[in-house]
Amino acid sequence: MATAAPHDPLLVLDRAEKSFGAVRALVDGSITLYPGEAHALLGENGAGKSTLVKILAGVHQPDAGSLVVGGAPVVFAGPSDARDAGVSIIYQEPTLFPDLTVAENIYMGRQPTVAGRRIDRRAMNAAAREVFARLGVVLDPSRPARGLSVADQQIVEIAKALSLNARVLVMDEPTAALTGVEVRRLFDVMETLRAEGAAVMFISHRLEEVYASCQRVTIMRDGRFVRTAPIDEVTVDEIIRSMVGRDLDALFPKTTTEPGQVVLDVDGMSEDGVFSDISFQVRRGEIVALAGLVGAGRSEVARAVFGIDPRTTGTVSVLGEVLPAHRPRAAMAAGIALVPEDRRQQGLVMDLPIDQNMALASLGRLATGGLLRRSAERKLAADWARRLQLKFGRLGNPASTLSGGNQQKVVLGKWLSRDPQLLIIDEPTRGIDVGTKAEVHRIIDSLVAAGMAVLMISSELPEVLGMADRVLVLHEGRITAELSRADADEDSIMRAASGLTSGATA
Amino acid sequence: MTATLPRPTPAGSTRTPVGARLGGLLRARETGIALLIVVVFVAATVKNDAFASANSIQQLLLGASLIALLTVGQTMVIVTRNVDLSVGSVVGISAYVVGMTFRDHPGTPILLGFVVGIAVGAFFGAVNGAVVTLFRVPSLVVTLAGLYVIRGLDGLLVDGVIINPQSIPRGFQRIGFETVLGVPVLFLLVLVVVLVAAYAMRSFRSARDLYAIGSNPDAAELAGIPTQKRVFTAFLVSGSLAGLTGALFVALFAQVDVTAGRGYEFLVVAAVVVGGVAIFGGSGTVIGAALAAVLLNTIDQALVSSRISGFWTDAIAGALLLAAIAFDRSLSLRIARKLRTQEGAHRDV
Amino acid sequence: MSETAVHAETPRDSGPAPTYEGVDTARPPRWRLALRWETALVAILLLTLLIGSNGSARFFTGTTFFFAGLNIGEIAIMALPLLMIVLIGEIDLSVAAMLALSGAVMGVLWQSGTSFGVAVAAALVTGLVGGALNGYLIAYLGLPSIAVTIGSLTLFRGIAQIILPNPTTTPFPTEVATLGVLPIPGTQVPYSIAVFTVLAVATATFVHATPSGRSLYAIGLQPEAAEFAGIRVTRVRFELFVLSGLVCSLAGVLFALKNSSASYSAGFGLELTVVAVVLFGGVSIFGGRGTVAGVVLSLAIVAVLQQALTQQQVQAEVQNIVTGGLLLASVLVPNAAAAGRRVRTALRGRGRPAPPPPTPAPTP
Repeated sequence: MATAAPHDPLLVLDRAEKSFGAVRALVDGSITLYPGEAHALLGENGAGKSTLVKILAGVHQPDAGSLVVGGAPVVFAGPSDARDAGVSIIYQEPTLFPDLTVAENIYMGRQPTVAGRRIDRRAMNAAAREVFARLGVVLDPSRPARGLSVADQQIVEIAKALSLNARVLVMDEPTAALTGVEVRRLFDVMETLRAEGAAVMFISHRLEEVYASCQRVTIMRDGRFVRTAPIDEVTVDEIIRSMVGRDLDALFPKTTTEPGQVVLDVDGMSEDGVFSDISFQVRRGEIVALAGLVGAGRSEVARAVFGIDPRTTGTVSVLGEVLPAHRPRAAMAAGIALVPEDRRQQGLVMDLPIDQNMALASLGRLATGGLLRRSAERKLAADWARRLQLKFGRLGNPASTLSGGNQQKVVLGKWLSRDPQLLIIDEPTRGIDVGTKAEVHRIIDSLVAAGMAVLMISSELPEVLGMADRVLVLHEGRITAELSRADADEDSIMRAASGLTSGATA
Repeated sequence: MTATLPRPTPAGSTRTPVGARLGGLLRARETGIALLIVVVFVAATVKNDAFASANSIQQLLLGASLIALLTVGQTMVIVTRNVDLSVGSVVGISAYVVGMTFRDHPGTPILLGFVVGIAVGAFFGAVNGAVVTLFRVPSLVVTLAGLYVIRGLDGLLVDGVIINPQSIPRGFQRIGFETVLGVPVLFLLVLVVVLVAAYAMRSFRSARDLYAIGSNPDAAELAGIPTQKRVFTAFLVSGSLAGLTGALFVALFAQVDVTAGRGYEFLVVAAVVVGGVAIFGGSGTVIGAALAAVLLNTIDQALVSSRISGFWTDAIAGALLLAAIAFDRSLSLRIARKLRTQEGAHRDV
Repeated sequence: MSETAVHAETPRDSGPAPTYEGVDTARPPRWRLALRWETALVAILLLTLLIGSNGSARFFTGTTFFFAGLNIGEIAIMALPLLMIVLIGEIDLSVAAMLALSGAVMGVLWQSGTSFGVAVAAALVTGLVGGALNGYLIAYLGLPSIAVTIGSLTLFRGIAQIILPNPTTTPFPTEVATLGVLPIPGTQVPYSIAVFTVLAVATATFVHATPSGRSLYAIGLQPEAAEFAGIRVTRVRFELFVLSGLVCSLAGVLFALKNSSASYSAGFGLELTVVAVVLFGGVSIFGGRGTVAGVVLSLAIVAVLQQALTQQQVQAEVQNIVTGGLLLASVLVPNAAAAGRRVRTALRGRGRPAPPPPTPAPTP
């Protein structure tokens, strides 16, 4: 590969396009990476960032556009082409082999060999140790990858990239699941790579991290490149405006309601190693948001309340009735509904028809004399499809045929048809296009206006700020702040989420 | 550990001991089975000292050899998150073809007997592998169908005519009963295959690919491993070794009928799982699986020799298999819990 | 380059709403696929009947169907709970061993002078206990069902061997022994088929028309989503294995009556036949797909085929080949269609704008 002069870009992606069927995931994907820079790729969910990353990874082949690496135009037919060109990708979900050793994970398929093409384990372990030393971390190369924390798994992935002499390192939300210490270590590692002349590109939703560690940012919206700028030339407000593309207030409908009777009362709930001493209440007609970093225990709290996950101490009661732990059916009977975080795995049975998915939580009510009434099932589905303005082909089609936003409406319909007292909704708009997003927000708002209690978990601060009446911030399994709608802002939430006491100033 | 490295960070260092212990425990699987063999052996000898006689030990080794040989191929297949249920039928048909070759062509060189057996096995292994990889259908179904089809073909071939010892050359039969320094030749042959395979599974990139495929198929694809090709090869090897087992079956029993190899599939899978190979792939060793085959046979013979009742064998084998998987599960749960509380502790720091 | 970009998409495709076209090309509805396989099964059944009648003038007689039923009876009974177990994505390979064990329990007790009723009750309890063992290990300890039931198949048959080393010789009471070998008076229906019919109707009703039956599909397709919808996945798993144990022990009782003797080797190797029949009936080994009708048709085909081939004195070996071939076809045919669809989509994709043009990009 030709050696690039210091100021020649390492990688240029220009006007890449990618469609999946009728969905245009990427309309104009453009980014330029220079050696020795850390570059943040910003945008809302569904802005096309992941598609762009997968094009750089060689996983997706763009429908149009050009890619130049090291000054030469390239076409990646597969992941190995990208790797050979010096582009390494670290996915949000690390792709390790849990049964193999750390060293083998790094050198899979290119293990050092000696005479007779035998793998030289000692050389392999030594090489791995050397890479870790370069990164300034300690990991035993001969231990199996199974049981490594997410942070250590990422270190292994980075070590793999380093051992491949990758000049471009792309990370998809690397810090999403890390604790504070681990994030710092990751940024130290990124610094090391930069010093060696590599370009590091990463996706992040935490703007403070971006400001702390990046030189330039590229912002995308609705599958399109919006702008690239040096980080010290843009303000947070400008970034957010570029990402969202309109005023925040216009996005979030908010009917003011007077909170009523306490619906959910959680008192002193703990589970070892997950969360501890969680106490809060949710009233009729209010939205309480659980905010915090990914991995802070937000979803775990919600799941323990619903009974999917266990809890060891504390009480959960709904309208005064104490719920047994670890019994989702009891929670459902008491009027709790949970729209889970992972729509494809937890929210829907993707291969079942839309109507059967909608009815899945109400099967008992749809039966007469023990027999399921198909007509009642279809009526329920048709009813809620209309009320939620679901866009679908036929109700008999599998849920997998719907777009993300419409899938979320099916999950909502499934639970709203039970007429719940409390709706717990985990990441209500993750992976949903902007239009449907606003619709989902309107639906939630109208439910609350009608007196429902809502507990919402969201990683998107604008959503938390725009929707919630109160914000509870979790940090490493504990509630570190309770903020009223008036007190909650980006700064106060991020501060509490990072474990800084709200009084301290940076 | 890694004390020589500069700048130790807390995150890595707290977790390493568990990892090391996990590796140690997994390695201990082979040791555990070997110890169990010794215990059973000693106990049986105490009960009846004829159990330790040279003849008895030879029988013990011979009895375990065929299944032990089959565990090699089965391990390779199961490690890739697949399974080969057709091995019993393949043993049967290749045994018969080998016997037929000797019967119909007197004077066939002994070596050719092996070549024929392996070729027949390789053919069916290739068919299994091709169907599984080309059509991407579950191997359980494919090899179950294979079990029936091959058994049917075998039956058509046999057509009620049993191959008897008169048809098998003396030299070929000798492999079944001759010994070198008191060790049966057939056992030595199997031992060589097991050791070579064990070495290869540890030492060659393509063999490590098999573990990677079973451990995380998607990641294997992303890592550029030719997964379909490797899985095909695993089935090919499994079939070939089943063919070799068929040839050895002829050498050992000098008699083949339509029931040869019947029911072997479960014996082999049981031995492989007792031997510590995860049924959903990714981990396990050839040595462990082969040792488990020896263990199961030792228990069998010990019960017979102790005159308790040979009828206990199956019940004990079944209980052992259940215990082995339950043990594996509780082990991994305990490690997971340990990791979680450690991480919890780490968080509070 | 920008020209290419302009022509890349027609404006019709913009917007988030999935078009009807998008829906239809994604995948045909599940029921349509299922229907297609069951239609194929009906055709195969007719074909086997044709082969049977062609080979023997006396094919379409009551006797033929009596013996066909008698032969398949226990397999058919065991296939019903197995169908539900495969629907939730698990497998039970211990079915035939339980048939042998429960028969052995009944035989031992009967031989030692216990009353017949008590012997049968003990056999059924054996089924419950054995099923509970499987269920506990699989549902509550989370062990893989394929490994567990290979273990328990060895265990069950092993215990049968211990308690009943030799086949029983004491004849069962005449009034029940005839149930095993004679049809229901006035018909050509063996008792085992009558039992099967009742169970099949019950299973079909349960699977296709009750809330719990619906949850089996959800569990098989996406256990986590089922859990989040309030379905007690663990308990359902446990209960199905207990049910399987119980039903197989019933089959064991009938099997012993049919042979007028219990033996530890009863139904040796039959587990794979039962699995094959269920899979051939269109039930996906991955769970979540399959119908009772498909399995019933599959059983009918196997029964008729066996009878036809036996009457025409075709060796049992050919029956094996046909069974295996059909099983293979049942997975290959739908997959071949899917492969074909994939190829067609790929070809249609060619009409779209080409991948990045080879022209070098302008340097920035």
